[in-house]
Amino acid sequence: MAGSSVSVDLSQAMNTAPIALGDWLVVAPSLITILGGALCLMLRKNTDLQPKLGIGFLGLLVVANLALLIRVLDHGVITMVMGSWLPPFGIAFTVDTLGITLSLIGSIVAFCAGVFGAATVDSTGRRYGFYPFLLLLMTGVCGAFLTGDIFNLYVWFEVLLISSYGLLVLGNDRIQLDGAVKYGVLNLIGTNLFLIATGMLYGIFGTLNMADLALKVAALENPASGTLATVAALYFLAFAMKAAAFPVNFWLPASYHTPNVVVSAVFAGLLTKVGVYALIRIFVLILPASRGYMADVIALVAIATLLTGAIGALAQSEVRRLLGYVVIAGIGSMLAGVAVGSTLAISGAIFYAVHSIIVMTALYMAAGIMNMMGGSYDLRQLGGLYQKSAAFAAVFLVLGFAVSGLPPFSGFWPKVILVDAAFSDGRTWLGAAILVSGFLTTLAMGRVWIFAFWRGGPEGTTDGETVAISGETGTQLSGAAVWLPLGILTALVVYFGLQPEWMLELSTQGASGIVEPLGYLRSVFGGQV
Amino acid sequence: MESGVVILIGMFFTVAVYLMLSKQLVRILLGIAILGNAVNLLIFTNGRLTREVPPLIPDHLYAPETATANPLPQALVLTAIVISFSFFAFLLVLAFRAYQELGTDEVDEMRIAEPEHDQTPPQGY
Repeated sequence: MAGSSVSVDLSQAMNTAPIALGDWLVVAPSLITILGGALCLMLRKNTDLQPKLGIGFLGLLVVANLALLIRVLDHGVITMVMGSWLPPFGIAFTVDTLGITLSLIGSIVAFCAGVFGAATVDSTGRRYGFYPFLLLLMTGVCGAFLTGDIFNLYVWFEVLLISSYGLLVLGNDRIQLDGAVKYGVLNLIGTNLFLIATGMLYGIFGTLNMADLALKVAALENPASGTLATVAALYFLAFAMKAAAFPVNFWLPASYHTPNVVVSAVFAGLLTKVGVYALIRIFVLILPASRGYMADVIALVAIATLLTGAIGALAQSEVRRLLGYVVIAGIGSMLAGVAVGSTLAISGAIFYAVHSIIVMTALYMAAGIMNMMGGSYDLRQLGGLYQKSAAFAAVFLVLGFAVSGLPPFSGFWPKVILVDAAFSDGRTWLGAAILVSGFLTTLAMGRVWIFAFWRGGPEGTTDGETVAISGETGTQLSGAAVWLPLGILTALVVYFGLQPEWMLELSTQGASGIVEPLGYLRSVFGGQV
Repeated sequence: MESGVVILIGMFFTVAVYLMLSKQLVRILLGIAILGNAVNLLIFTNGRLTREVPPLIPDHLYAPETATANPLPQALVLTAIVISFSFFAFLLVLAFRAYQELGTDEVDEMRIAEPEHDQTPPQGY
């Protein structure tokens, strides 16, 4: 090593300034969940301590995400690079309004699921690692929302995927193994497609940093060229599989009704939305020209997804399977936003994603409570729940209205924005499909409410008659752990319906931040862009 | 040299897709294992193939004199190998457990979660 005394100017390649204390928040969501997951794993035999630890760490995660959101709103986009290597060399975490908003809402939902799990996951489930898996799932979800590096995004996808496998087979029932086989195989193929596309993108541009990619794609003479079109098509297929868009949606209705209901609730809230987020991130930020080029295809897929979801929901008699199709219908609405692609449409898609994360989790929890009260998930056997708890009937009606997009609840505003954006873009069919899908979803949710709550008893009960139902009444159910999470989520649904300004502002800021990504690029590369 | 490897990758993908279209779970899993290897080779080739030139920089220089082997795809492939290997291991165990519980490895016969003759939803109110 003789002669290596040459002084090297490190500032060209490394971030030599100390990192502001507040910027450490960028990695806090991943750190908290990994540490919490590891701790819960070590103490997995202590089934009494597990829920307290798990819920504590999930609460911490909510606080960290909230602090990060406030910091992003104050300071604009924040970038932190691993090992202080400047982008595009180091792996960057770039937090913008879009990512942190979804991360915050996701962590609130996970916190609620953690509380709900304290009542619904028995000690066997806890010993097999419900809380470690839930925390590590959140590592993957938050990491995917916050990362600024496309290969890193793939790694977070795999982290959340392997945790979701663990949650899905928790309990080892026959039906779970059946569902997990289909879920496992199809999702793994999806991530492999994602990896192929990423490899090809690297081959073309020689970089993996999202901001760097966005700049290099924009600098191309013909940004819709052949090779990039292949990459875009692969990304679209991969994320459509993750988001369960038609025609690659079959893993979702095959698996979402098989695990413990709280696991279904987390999956329905978070997993598909991470796919939609990645689709928005890649198609709007990195490959805007390819998005324009594929807009018609995306619109067709969106219409098909909207209708498959709504019609599928009408054809089900098992509440959880019905809700699985409602998740798919919601994915169609978000894809409609991506198809239109204006700032307005993307903000609608982001708002819809927030709404869908909250309302789908709440609905699966409500389905779990229906099962506790009525002893079944089947619409033919449910009935008379209104006599047991009128308040719960009202909550379910609120959630049903919200998921169908009826005012004054949270589903209404994003649907208004999306329909407006579709019509003003001249995509009449797309707007019409959103409305028709909303109408069919209203019917499906109305049927659930009529059969399970309004009807006096199980199928065959005559009008006006009420049958005494065994099972627990509302007040007998094990208290706060069941009702608190559902209450929080329902309150959010009502709040975003009555006071949409705050979320509208966040989603508009998130959308304009990636449609015109100057702030994002400046955050990564400093003022030189 | 790239073209030879590209043909090899194409063959890997062909075999993987052929196996994954099969109805036996074991063959599907073999297809997934080969798919993972095809993807790894693809990433590796996308980093351009440079033979036997380690990325070493002589003492008096700031940059290597000639084009060297690209170390980044190797790091990416290493990550992907670890991930795909662990997923493959998990899926093998899952398939074995499914075979024990369901008594079949034909995907057409795995109809517990979605029964073939499902009852129709309630008619009328």
